[in-house]
Amino acid sequence: MKNYIAKRLLQLLPILLGITLLSFLLMNTGAADAVDVMESNTGSVMTEDEKNILREELGLHRPLYQQYIVWLGNLLRGDMGESFVSGQPVFDTFLSKLPATIYLTITSILLTVFLSVPLGILSAVKQNKITDYLIRCLSFIGNSLPNFFVSLLLIYFFSLKLNLLPVMGNTAGWKSVILPTLTLALSMTSKYTRQVRATVLEELNKDYVLGARARGIEEKKILYFSVLRASMLTIVTLLALSIGSLLGGTAIVESIFMWDGVGKMAVDAITMRDYPVIQVYVIWMAIIYVCVNLFTDIFYHYLDPRIRLGKEEF
Amino acid sequence: MREKKIVKDYTKQKMLVFGVLVGMVILIALFAPYLTSYDPYEQDLGNALLPPGKEHLLGTDRYGRDMLSRVMVGAQSTIFSALLLVVVITVMGSMIGIICGYHGGKLDVFLMRLSDIFLAFPGMVFAIAVASVMSGGIFNAVVALACISWPKYARITRSQVMAIKNMPYIEAAKLSGSGTLKIIRKHILPNIAGAIVVTAVLDIGTMIMEIAGLSFLGLGATPPTAEWGSMMSNGRSMLQTSPWVILAPGTAIFLTVMIFNLAGDTMRDILDPRQRKG
Repeated sequence: MKNYIAKRLLQLLPILLGITLLSFLLMNTGAADAVDVMESNTGSVMTEDEKNILREELGLHRPLYQQYIVWLGNLLRGDMGESFVSGQPVFDTFLSKLPATIYLTITSILLTVFLSVPLGILSAVKQNKITDYLIRCLSFIGNSLPNFFVSLLLIYFFSLKLNLLPVMGNTAGWKSVILPTLTLALSMTSKYTRQVRATVLEELNKDYVLGARARGIEEKKILYFSVLRASMLTIVTLLALSIGSLLGGTAIVESIFMWDGVGKMAVDAITMRDYPVIQVYVIWMAIIYVCVNLFTDIFYHYLDPRIRLGKEEF
Repeated sequence: MREKKIVKDYTKQKMLVFGVLVGMVILIALFAPYLTSYDPYEQDLGNALLPPGKEHLLGTDRYGRDMLSRVMVGAQSTIFSALLLVVVITVMGSMIGIICGYHGGKLDVFLMRLSDIFLAFPGMVFAIAVASVMSGGIFNAVVALACISWPKYARITRSQVMAIKNMPYIEAAKLSGSGTLKIIRKHILPNIAGAIVVTAVLDIGTMIMEIAGLSFLGLGATPPTAEWGSMMSNGRSMLQTSPWVILAPGTAIFLTVMIFNLAGDTMRDILDPRQRKG
């Protein structure tokens, strides 16, 4: 186990380096000249000489690899530059907006679990019956609805027509989290109901279930004590792996509901061409994603007794 | 023991129905400019924001443009860019996958580490970054999504190639003097094509949603181009007074994605019966 963790942590290093390098290259070679963007954002007119002085201050005249090393050093110290628009340090802004996104992620994951696990089990147990077809049909519909359409439909019905919930913002307490959570949970639930169903079905077809049935054990007992316990490991892992993509996928939903998280921050930055803000978003979302996936993987290995107690063959 | 009913297999009939539906969607998109009764770009401010009715079946938007015409023409940009995207990533990804799987060695290690890095970015996050650096446009949205989507195809192809490349029949082909290219073309590609095609068809729906999503954020098609995502984005402020400006393109996305997903699912049942569910 220890060896496994050490190995996985070592594998993480080149990936983290790759993430930073790719983000750096993306923002520094593809993007428009930073000084030009600053000029157009501040609205002040600069002469070519002034621009060159500014470029030298920012270190833009140096070769790219030197810029990268300096930039990487700053990154490790939590200094990722200032926003072109507000002039605030972007890393601080990112940290201040992160809790809102995490809050939304947690509520959506919880709702997804509460919906998809029972629905998936029900669907598997009632395989090829009406209940199963209905659940599968609904999850198919949910899978084909883009989340921005769902958000707008929910706003239309619950906020504008029925006047039950606030249209946007995260200032109205628990009420404001309902619609964005529903939106995010809907597509995830559609996906996980199918996966839970598949996992449970696979377990139900194993020989030990047949053996238990042959010994006359109640169907319910088999389901709750054997099948569910065995499938939970896969289900939990799948859900944990989705946390990362959920963290990133919230951008559109956050900006529709004016939810003041990192996703909305990034979308706002796009319109202003505020590259440092986009950069901090891309890099940190990727780092969080990679780390969450790694911990899930390690946790999965820890939970699996075959691996925990067996030989360390990794 | 429960009784097991023998369920009649309707897979072939299903494929026919969904195939025809997909064909119809593509044909409508292809001939949209000739099918519309109004010019999708001509403004008619006197008839702005008309609710659905006899004259305009799906109503008009805030510039008085006919929604039905715009949705039909919008199908072109949304669906065809999604198809282009899927073709590009399938060809690119499987070529890289074949090279990695068949050749192995340092090139394989390098390309797989590269794909690890791309896979490390949560989906849309990287697409948003690429699209914003390249400053919008539907073509750039396609490039952005291609950047993050090729590793999946490379991985699938690679593992498939590695599974069959040491099979006796490949050895036999080598012994009888077939060159690498011929082996790949005659013996490897036909065996892995099924899995790749299924993955590709199942991805079309997702890609339609992602392209529309980027356009919704203003990173894909730019106004006045009729594109479903950007049409919805432009209609957001009129949600309360004229919901049809959102409903028309939204429903169009939903139905199209659903048709492509249904076709993809059925196709998987036919081409890859092992993965068959339920």
